[in-house]
Amino acid sequence: MSARKPAKNQPASFEWTPENKAWCDEQLKKYPPGRQASCVIPFLWRGQKQEGWVSIPMMEAVARQLDMPYIRVFEVATFYTMFNLSPMGEHHVQVCGTTPCALRGAGDLIEVCRRVIGEPHHPTADGKLSWAEVECLGACVNAPMAQVSTKDADHYYEDLTPALLEEMLEKWRRGEKIAPGTANPKRHTSDPEGGPTTLKDPALYDGSPAAPIGELPNARPSAPAE
Amino acid sequence: MLQDKDRIFTNLYGLQDWRLEAAKKRGAWNGTRDILAMGPDWIIQQIKESGLRGRGGAGFPTGLKWSFMPKQVGERPHYLVVNADESEPGTCKDRDIMRHDPHLLIEGCLVASFAMKAHVCYIYIRGEYVDERERLQAAIDEAYAAGLIGKNACVSGWDFDVYVHHGAGAYICGEETALLESLEGKKGQPRLKPPFPAGAGLYGCPTTVNNVESIAVAPTIIRRGADWFRRFGRENNHGTKIFCISGHVERPCNVEEEMSIPLRKLIETHCGGVRGGWDNLKAVIPGGSSVPLIPKEICDDVLMDFDALRDVKSGLGTAAVIVMDKSTDIVRAISRISYFYKHESCGQCTPCREGTGWMWRVLERMAEGNARTEEIDHLLDVAGQVEGHTICALGDAAAWPVQGLIRHFRHEIEERINRYRADRPHVAVPENLPESVAAE
Ligand SMILES: Cc1cc2nc3c(=O)[nH]c(=O)nc-3n(C[C@H](O)[C@H](O)[C@H](O)COP(=O)(O)O)c2cc1C
Ligand code: SF4
Ligand code: FES
Repeated sequence: MSARKPAKNQPASFEWTPENKAWCDEQLKKYPPGRQASCVIPFLWRGQKQEGWVSIPMMEAVARQLDMPYIRVFEVATFYTMFNLSPMGEHHVQVCGTTPCALRGAGDLIEVCRRVIGEPHHPTADGKLSWAEVECLGACVNAPMAQVSTKDADHYYEDLTPALLEEMLEKWRRGEKIAPGTANPKRHTSDPEGGPTTLKDPALYDGSPAAPIGELPNARPSAPAE
Repeated sequence: MLQDKDRIFTNLYGLQDWRLEAAKKRGAWNGTRDILAMGPDWIIQQIKESGLRGRGGAGFPTGLKWSFMPKQVGERPHYLVVNADESEPGTCKDRDIMRHDPHLLIEGCLVASFAMKAHVCYIYIRGEYVDERERLQAAIDEAYAAGLIGKNACVSGWDFDVYVHHGAGAYICGEETALLESLEGKKGQPRLKPPFPAGAGLYGCPTTVNNVESIAVAPTIIRRGADWFRRFGRENNHGTKIFCISGHVERPCNVEEEMSIPLRKLIETHCGGVRGGWDNLKAVIPGGSSVPLIPKEICDDVLMDFDALRDVKSGLGTAAVIVMDKSTDIVRAISRISYFYKHESCGQCTPCREGTGWMWRVLERMAEGNARTEEIDHLLDVAGQVEGHTICALGDAAAWPVQGLIRHFRHEIEERINRYRADRPHVAVPENLPESVAAE
C-alpha cells in the first residue's frame, strides 16, 4: 500500500469556476437518484485540474456537494494515487517503472529525472517540473514511456530514450508543447516498428464489410435453442 | 495463422479513421437491429456456442456469465459494467480498442446489455487513460446523435444509455467488486463473495462485469456466426485474441491472432523474433505479470491458450506476453513485479498487506545475493500462505510470479547467494529473517 498524506500548507477555501460547476451538475445526471457519491472521483479529478492538486478545502467542498461525510472523501483522495495531495510542477512527469518498461530501459529515464529535476514528488524551484515513478500505465508495447500531466492535458510519451527525455524536459521547462504518442518515427501507435504485419487486405476497407447481411447466421431455429 | 479477413479489430493501430462513418464502413453497427430482434435468449445462446471466454484474465465463459443474470427484471434494474481498468502489467489492448475501434465496444455494450435486460451500462476506464476516455466519449456522442443508442436504440424499441466513468490510479479497481465499490464512490476494496454481482452488484442491483475485449467482440461473433469464431483455436479455447508482446523482442507490438498459436510463431511472425535470436531467450511471462513465468525450454513449443498454459503451471491471463532475453536479471525482474503488488494491495487482508511487502524485501536481497539458501524455502512458504488466503485474487497474483521464479530459477538464486557469500567470508546474518511472517 502506498501511504499518502495531505500537504501542511492548505489554502483557506475552494471554489469551483462557473464552468466547472456546470460540468459537475452534468455529471450528476449519469447516476441514479441518491447515488451522487459516485461522482467523488470525477469531481476530485476536475478539482485537481482546476487547482493543480487536491486540497483539504476542496475535499470539504466536494463532501458538501455530494452530501457525503468529509472523511469518506478524504479516504478516496488518499487511496487513489493520481490525486496529488500537494502541488506538483507545471509539467508533472510520471515515468512507468514496472517490469515491461524496466526491461526496456525505464531505469535510465528515472536517472534522467533524478539528475535534471531532483527528488520525486518535489517540484523544481521555478515550479516548472516535477516527476514520480508510477506503476504500469498500460502502454507496455511502447516501453519505456511516461505520462505528462499539465493543467489541460495528460498525454502519453512512448518509446522514449534517455536523450530524448532530457530534451523534452528542457522543452517543457520552457513551456513548449510536444506532440504526444510514440517517439519512434518508424511506428504509428502499437504496431510493430517498420509497419504492421497484419491488416493489409484492402477488402477490409473498401466498404464490403458494410454490405447488408440479409439473414444472420443461425437465425433459423435448425437446432432448437435450449 | 489468422488471415486479415478474420480479424475483428481492423483498426487496431489507428491507421484508419475511428469515427462512426468509417467504423460502419469496416462493418461496425451492421445489422445491429436484426441482432436485437432475435431476442435476449438467442443472443446469449450464440455467445455460448461461440466458445468465447472472458478476456479480462480469468477466462470465464462469457455466455454462461450472461445467463446468470435474473431472467426477469424485478424491482431492481440490471446493469452491465464494462471493465476498462486495464492495469495488469504487460497489458495494453483495451486501450487500442477504445481509442481506435470505439464503436465496436459501444455496439457490444448495446447488444450485451440488451441480452441481460440492462438499460444502463457504465464503462469504468482507468484514470490515466485521459485521451482514450475523451475519444470514447466522442464516439458515444456520435452513436447517440445517430440514434444507435439512447431512446429506442437502433429503432429496436429498447432504451439504452451508456456512461463513461473513470478511476484515479489503482490497479485493484480492475477486480470486479473493487471496481463496483469505486464506481459507487468508495475506496477500491474488493467485496467478499457471495453475494456475486449477478445477484447484488452495482448499487445492490444485478450486475455483470465484463472486460472491454469480451464485449467488443460480441457483435462481430453474432454477425459472422458462432461457428466462425469457434473455428479458431483448440477445443475449449476458441476465437481470436489480441496479444500484447513487450520486452526483449525486436519489435514489440499488439496483434490480433488466433487462439492456440504457438508462442514462438507469435513472436517470430509479428515481433521480428527474440532480441539476439530464439536461443537468446531466457523466459517469458505469457499472460500479464500475475502469471508464473515459463523458461525457454517450455516456450519452445507451448501454445498460447488457457489450457496449454495451465498445463505448464502458468496461464493465458490477459495474453500479455513479456519476453526476457538472457541479459535479464530475472530475480530483479520478478522483484519489481513483487513491488508492484505491494504498492497496489488494498490492505484489507493481512496475508496480502504484509506478505506482498515481505516477499518484495526478501527478493530485493536475493537479487543482491544477500540472503541464505534456506530463505528460498521460507519465501515459497510465505507465498503459499498468501495464495488462496485472501479476499481477492490479488493475493494469488502476488504469489504466483514468486513461485514461478523459484520453480524454474532456484539454481540462479542459489548461485547468487553462494557468490555473494564467497566474496565475504564473514557474512553477517541478514536482519529481517522471515520467522515473524512465515511461522504460523
Ligand atoms: C487484482 C485484479 C485485477 C484485475 N484487473 C482487471 C482489469 O484491469 N481488467 C479486466 O478486465 N479484468 C480485471 N480483473 C478481472 C476481473 O475481476 C473480472 O474477472 C473481469 O473483468 C471479468 O471480465 P471477463 O469475464 O470479460 O474476462 C482483475 C482481477 C483481479 C483479481
Ligand atoms: S487480497 Fe490484497 S488486494 Fe485483495 S482484498 Fe485482500 S488486501 Fe485487498
Ligand atoms: S509496464 Fe510500463 S506501461 Fe506497462
